Amino acid sequence: MGDRKSSGRTVVERRSELELVVTRTFDAPVRLVFEAWTKPELFKLWWPPKSNPVPLLSCEMDVRTGGGYRLTFGQDAANGMAFFGKYLEVTPPSRLVWSNDESGEAGAVTTVTFEDLDGRTRVVLQELYPSKQALDEAFVGMEDALPEQFEQLDALLVTLGASV
Amino acid sequence: MALLDASFAALADPTRRGVLEQLGSADASITELADKFHMTLTGMKKHVGVLEQAGLVTTEKVGRVRTCRLGRRGLEDEAAWIEGRRRIWNERFEALDVVVEALKRKEQRDGR
Repeated sequence: MGDRKSSGRTVVERRSELELVVTRTFDAPVRLVFEAWTKPELFKLWWPPKSNPVPLLSCEMDVRTGGGYRLTFGQDAANGMAFFGKYLEVTPPSRLVWSNDESGEAGAVTTVTFEDLDGRTRVVLQELYPSKQALDEAFVGMEDALPEQFEQLDALLVTLGASV
Repeated sequence: MALLDASFAALADPTRRGVLEQLGSADASITELADKFHMTLTGMKKHVGVLEQAGLVTTEKVGRVRTCRLGRRGLEDEAAWIEGRRRIWNERFEALDVVVEALKRKEQRDGR
């Protein structure tokens, strides 16, 4: 617990049957952290998980209440997988709410809050699913696509880490 | 996935978490568990029943004694579920750390 200054620990909790909450503190002012979530050229630098072998093809974000976003992953546009939805609330620099519409009715609503802690920023991200089933399935879909690649990458990273 | 939901429900109760912890160190009979947690036999049977349904505990009756032990599968599924999510978010947030750090340095360079 000692050195939480530079990079906080990512805490992931299933708070209820419908809710997944991710918390982390960043050593930067709210203004800058909010910028990294709302400027596409910055957002695309960190959002695609590193172990995801599928590249991010495009990232369009119209960050204002009612505006839309669309992220496309894939090797090429024809075989792309799109994640899209709407910003339901944009309150700079403290709150973002967006819908996840790619899975239709089963889509979660994501709420992110940015809280100032003496110059640092506590980010709390909540995914609220319309049903238990939607939460479980959203997760299973994502994991099923990737576990082997994850493991291969893990092994590779361990090898690389050991040899550096 | 129903098993997973049952696991989360089972883990919501402090006594049941205590029972799992206890069984993590040694198998125990329902009577022993009831004594340990100062409960009636009926109360403990209920808790064990919930844990059993969630696949977190298995029980076996030998003679008049029902022995409880940890059921492996349930715990592993649930741990994997959270771990998968944690991994993705951690990767994102490690990268976000780098991005905000760069923004901070840039601001300092630009003399704000």
